[in-house]
Amino acid sequence: MRWPEDYNEFHRQWIDFTEKHIVPYAQQVDHEERIPAEVIQALRQQGAFASGFPADKGGPAGDPEDLAIRHGLMHEALGAGSASIQGLVNVHHMGGIIIARWGSAAQKDYWVPRLTSGECLAGLAITEPNVGSDAAAVELQAMAVQGGYTLEGTKTWITCGQSADVFLVLARMENGPAIFIVPSNTEGLTRIPIHGMLGCRGYMLATLRFERCFLPAEALVGRSPFGLTHFAATGLDQGRLNLAWACVGMARTCLEACLHYAQTRHQFNAALAEFQLVQRMICRMTTDIEAARLLCWRASSTRGRNSPAAVKASTIAKYFASQAINRIAADAVQIHGAVGCSAQSPMQRILRDAKIMEVIEGSTQVLETAIARYTYNEAAV
Amino acid sequence: MSEVLVQTEEQITERIHGFLARSFAGRTLSEEDDIFALGFGNSLFAMQLVSFLEQEFHFQIESDDLEMDNFRTLRAMVQLVKKKIGA
Repeated sequence: MRWPEDYNEFHRQWIDFTEKHIVPYAQQVDHEERIPAEVIQALRQQGAFASGFPADKGGPAGDPEDLAIRHGLMHEALGAGSASIQGLVNVHHMGGIIIARWGSAAQKDYWVPRLTSGECLAGLAITEPNVGSDAAAVELQAMAVQGGYTLEGTKTWITCGQSADVFLVLARMENGPAIFIVPSNTEGLTRIPIHGMLGCRGYMLATLRFERCFLPAEALVGRSPFGLTHFAATGLDQGRLNLAWACVGMARTCLEACLHYAQTRHQFNAALAEFQLVQRMICRMTTDIEAARLLCWRASSTRGRNSPAAVKASTIAKYFASQAINRIAADAVQIHGAVGCSAQSPMQRILRDAKIMEVIEGSTQVLETAIARYTYNEAAV
Repeated sequence: MSEVLVQTEEQITERIHGFLARSFAGRTLSEEDDIFALGFGNSLFAMQLVSFLEQEFHFQIESDDLEMDNFRTLRAMVQLVKKKIGA
């Protein structure tokens, strides 16, 4: 059994990094809807892009369970600083892990060292104007042509669509889905920025338009088995857990801010912390955070051991943590009052970002269906 | 991770059968039942199945192994495991 306190020093290193390199930029990222190059460089130097990848291709070495927990704690710390910046690292892992896990030897040799070093940042292009949760219904067409394939169609709501160097693109072929590696400078690929989202405004979303976009044969990662989207599911599953950890970090930021504010703000000749209705909100936050952290911990532990239970555990962790941060952020704004609603307050930014957490990498309702299905399947009859 | 080195076809069959039964509400599958035709072949189950086979039998499933026919029936999965571990 690995205990959380064994990771205090590691976690503290990432918290310190976040406070120095992420937090000072968080409001700016939200206002300007872009992530400055110096933040990406700092992430690169800290090794954020290498975490989660195999050691022989530039990822960290060690026991897999230990590494999975460290990976989660890194995302927790990044999420505590900025959900937008955590999103950049998250989609890099989601796209990159597909190559690292399912790519050919040549694809792994070429791409994974570039991804772990942060020389290239990855994105994952699944959603389309007509395709959201039902990824198997993807419409973007891949046609086999001499020497390779051509892609024709549109992806949208793609995180880091404006900035990623390479995309993992889910497409439909004549007899099922397939996934391709598409460098962002490929002829026929156009990126159209999306602005003005509710939250996670630094995601640098874009619509990607593929028009007679030719790819060499070696760009194909593989055909999805089972008639569905197994390769894409590998990335989504990892992203779900990363996101759950990020929610825990966002919640920690809210709680810490509320503790400080409630102890220093006085009304009716008493600190807010003295009022029992404020204590109730602090109690709920504390309990939600503890529960979400334990679910994430269990999911990372099972993921590191490559247990079949990891998929369900990650789903539950994301389901709970993404709802918890919505409760917590709403209460955090409430405790801060007008200050919490102001444009300068991280609380209002986190409240907006929190809603995004419930929508992406499996909406709350899609996860409810999945978790219920797991339970039905496992129930003895 | 399983501590017992699995060698025989019967042992492999028993272990996979046990996993499928746990995953499918205790339903007993024959060696030739098509799990996709029965409606169990979604992508999340596929991920669990891949993890189970890798963890239980100590090998890695590669992209080339992800053919539907390798996972369609219990018998097909047993043959895949035998090929991968050289049993």
